[in-house]
Formats: sequence, structure tokens, C-alpha cells
Amino acid sequence: MHIPDGYLGPATCGFFYLLMLPIWTIASRIVKKTLNARQVPLLAIGAAFSFVIMMFNLPIPAGTTGHAVGGVLVAILLGPWAACIAITVALVIQALLFGDGGITAIGANCFNMAFVLPFAGYYIYKAISYKVTIDSKRRVIAAGIAAYLGINIAALCAGIEFGLQPLLYHTASGQALYCPYGLNVAVPVMLGEHMLIFGWVEVIVTALVVKYLQKQDPSLLGIREEAA
Amino acid sequence: MKTITKFWIGIAVLIILSPLGLILPDHFKVGSAWGEWGVDEMQKLVGYVPKGLEKFSSLWSAPIPDYAFRGWEQKPLANLSLAYILSAVIGILICVFVVLILGKFLSKKE
Repeated sequence: MHIPDGYLGPATCGFFYLLMLPIWTIASRIVKKTLNARQVPLLAIGAAFSFVIMMFNLPIPAGTTGHAVGGVLVAILLGPWAACIAITVALVIQALLFGDGGITAIGANCFNMAFVLPFAGYYIYKAISYKVTIDSKRRVIAAGIAAYLGINIAALCAGIEFGLQPLLYHTASGQALYCPYGLNVAVPVMLGEHMLIFGWVEVIVTALVVKYLQKQDPSLLGIREEAA
Repeated sequence: MKTITKFWIGIAVLIILSPLGLILPDHFKVGSAWGEWGVDEMQKLVGYVPKGLEKFSSLWSAPIPDYAFRGWEQKPLANLSLAYILSAVIGILICVFVVLILGKFLSKKE
């Protein structure tokens, strides 16, 4: 889901940078008010976890690869705004240092993976686990469903961004200038591969860690309950 | 043991296992992720290289491209796995460093 340089046109890249600017600003303000200094190490673990889980590329035998993001779990533990900051840090380092995701596409990649993914996941988790005790089985199920939908909604966004490019940018003869695949290909491929394979990795890590914390350290699942 | 210590151990285990993310795709001989092809792959896929893509695709030259050291492209998988692990360590150290600095400004004192 890491869109490289050259796949999105200049206006699309600019649009997503402009869109992310206020989101990053609000995230900073909200996190400054809600995050305790002693939770900062947990935020660092969140960024580290997201960074490393994205390195686990899984093959789809038809000929492509992909990975989980881990962002729904970070959002469940620390809230969507803090998760936005942690995942943004991971994505920016991946782009600058490792060329994973383009620098012109940092805005778009952060929109998909550091904004849409944790927010969709967090609110789905909250809705399903509404008024449910910390030790309830329903939380594990909520975490799994939130993880699955969160990553797939993000993949859908990436598919739409890819797929709009040939409509937005093409030569007079009809050759694409950037991503050559339209919505009819990009959306089903991005969504399909995440629904089939990569989304399930997100489900497994998220649900397992929530289940583990219910037994070992339920207070961590309660951080957001106190804040809300 | 504190949960946070266990989390760090978990991260360390993930770092050690990370070459799976390199070895599995290699084993099944799959190419790049969808939409993350290089210029050559694009030529093969659609028969031409989109002009803008050609122009911008080499805009940034990352110091450790694709979690492998420069000039190591042809090295055996064992070397690439080592580079992958070292990349994970470097990336995570920087992630942690950046978040701890940001956290100084973006957290409330108790």
C-alpha cells in the first residue's frame, strides 16, 4: 500500500499533503492534551511495531506481495490521534531512509495508513465494544473486525487514488502519465488482495494482542476508557 | 515483568523474524507489490513507461533502498536477510528516537 514516487500526479500529491497538514496539527494538539508523559514509551513501541510489521511481506501466488500495518492495534491502545502520529513517523522513515513509499506520496500514504486506517479501526472497535467490560470476549471480536475493516477501507482509498490517475493525467493519445491502471483494475486489486490475505494478518495480530492484554495487563486496554 | 518490557521483547522477536518478509515472496517468485513496480517492470506490464512516472520515479535515492544495502542486489538471500534485519534495527531505533523527542513536546506532565 506504499504508493511510490511517480504513481500519483503532482496535484494529487499536493492535495493529500494539504489534507494531512491540518490532521497532523490537530493530532499534535489532541495528543499533547491527552497523552501522559509515561505513555510516551508505549507510543514509541506503537511506531516500532507498525514499522516492523510492514516489513513482513506476504506473497500472493498470483504474483504480488503485501503486508499488515498494525495501526488498528495502536489506535485501540492509545487512540486514533496518537496512532496517527506513531504511524506517520514509521511511514516517513520508511520513505526517506528505505525508499518504501515515495516522498511525493507521503501525504497520500499517511492519509491511507496513518489516518483512515486507525480512525476507521478505532471507531468500529468502539462501536462494537460499546459498554462492554474490559475482559469481555466481545472486545477480541471487536478488535478483529475493526482490524479487518480498517485495513480494507485504507486499501480501498489507495485503490481509488491509483485508479483516478489515468483519468486525471494522460497524453492526447491516451497514454497514462502516472499510474496507468484505472479504477476498474486498481480498486478490485487493492481491495481484493487485502480482503483475501493481508487483512487477515492485521486481524490476527490485533485480536491476539487484545486477548493477551485482557489476561496479562487489562489496564492497557483501559487507557482510552479513562480518556473518553 | 512489566508489559512494556514484554512488548520490547516482542518487537525484538519480530525483528529477528523479519527476513520472512523477504524469503517468502522470493520463494514463491512473486514480483513487487501491486502499484510498486520499477520502470522496467512497468515497461513489461503495459508496454510503455508513463512519462511522469519515468520522471519522478527516481526523484529520491534512499540511503538503504528496499531495506538492502547499495550494491547488494545480487548477493545471496542470506546476506539480504542480514541487511533486512539491520534495516529493521536502524529503522526502529530512529522511530523510537523520533517518537521520544516528539513525546517530550506532545505529552502532558503529571
